[in-house]
Amino acid sequence: MSKIKSIKTPLDDRVCRGLRAGDRVLLSGEVFTGRDVAHRRLYEAILRCEKLPIPIRGETLFYAAPTPAGPGRVIGSMGPTTSSRMDPYTPKLLEMGLKGMIGKGRRSAEVIGAIRKHGAVYFGAIGGAAALMAQCVRRVEVAAYGDLGPEAVLRLAVEDLPLVVINDMNGGDLYEKALKRFSKKKQFFN
Amino acid sequence: MSSLRKVSCRTIRDTVEKLFLSASTDLGKDVFGALKKAASAEKSGLGRFALDRIVENARVARKEGLPICQDTGMAVLFLEVGQNVVVTGGNLRDAVQEGVRRAYRKGRLRKSICDPISRANTGDNTPAVIHTEIVPGSRIRIAAMPKGGGSENMSSVTMLLPAAGVEGIRKLIVDKVREAGPNPCPPTIVGVGIGGTMEQAAILAKKALLRPLGEKNCRDRRLAKLEIETLREINRLGIGPQGYGGRTTSLAVHVEMMPCHIASLPVAVNIQCHAARHKEAVI
Repeated sequence: MSKIKSIKTPLDDRVCRGLRAGDRVLLSGEVFTGRDVAHRRLYEAILRCEKLPIPIRGETLFYAAPTPAGPGRVIGSMGPTTSSRMDPYTPKLLEMGLKGMIGKGRRSAEVIGAIRKHGAVYFGAIGGAAALMAQCVRRVEVAAYGDLGPEAVLRLAVEDLPLVVINDMNGGDLYEKALKRFSKKKQFFN
Repeated sequence: MSSLRKVSCRTIRDTVEKLFLSASTDLGKDVFGALKKAASAEKSGLGRFALDRIVENARVARKEGLPICQDTGMAVLFLEVGQNVVVTGGNLRDAVQEGVRRAYRKGRLRKSICDPISRANTGDNTPAVIHTEIVPGSRIRIAAMPKGGGSENMSSVTMLLPAAGVEGIRKLIVDKVREAGPNPCPPTIVGVGIGGTMEQAAILAKKALLRPLGEKNCRDRRLAKLEIETLREINRLGIGPQGYGGRTTSLAVHVEMMPCHIASLPVAVNIQCHAARHKEAVI
């Protein structure tokens, strides 16, 4: 396994170019959360040529909605949701300069194509490790769509968020690589 | 003829509240043990990294009283109500819903329930899904299960042709796990319901997820064999923890079965993520 890379947001072309599917990274800096309804709203606002409530160019989106914070905490538990639900909206965001996405699960061919075309990166965060992951969050503020409650867009300051590169801008795909390496052929059964 | 036993709505409400609070933060020993064992056996470096984090997360969640996963689920309950029980001080359904409401508020659990079309959040994580069965006796058994959306989305009911037979069932189970790939947060637990009708198969599959991990189906040896064989096949797919590659794609396959129509072979596959949260109580 390659060594763990520390990277900072905002991500630029140089950083994205250096990342390969299967790399482990520790990500620090600001990211925005956003999931189902927030994506739909952003997308519709783009189509109507409206000003967006958050910047997209150079930014990183984390597909997540945390649990409410307890007393003395900045955040509750937080981890990724399944990314594929954001696929219909994502190529447009990548076209507008979105650089990073954090989630879990496979992306559509359109998203993978747009990652290559626009030079971005899709990271996997470990689903269901949310109490532990929340320890990487230093600051939280509502950035947009506060009316969505748990689904609001938050601006998070994170430190050393442990991630794995799933899709890189060179076409590398960790899920594909993993199957090639670890699946066993049927004829060896029993 | 046994006499009637009174159980108050308050007791039911408080029990439901406690069960969801505990299920959301305290992973069962069976699942925790299986994850730890998998972490030490996993050959894939990234797979081991994922499992180590998952095990450590369960420890932190229990110690700090934090939700294991931010998706604290839709509240699913299985109630077995003894026919000699009289519920006092209100109605059973409202008591259960109120218990869920209180747990999600008090435990600072995420409210994840919305109108299917407008997508507007109901605000208190109700309504819960309640499966009620009337059974002999004078007790109420309550199983509480916060069920996450990611793994539920990878679940389905298939009406197989009877000609498909056990081979068809086996292939279907493995295919569903293969298709789900990394999406339902592997390592998963696979609940399978065979027989009954379309909805009964789905309920059997969900109930199968309540069985303690590692226990085989002890009523039917054919099913125990199916559980062992499909698990072996699933763990050769290579998906691995989180889809990062490896041998630990599922921790167990649990199969439940009942007779079906001569024309049918319903098979439900209900996938459960590694945060397999459920707690039970008997009142």
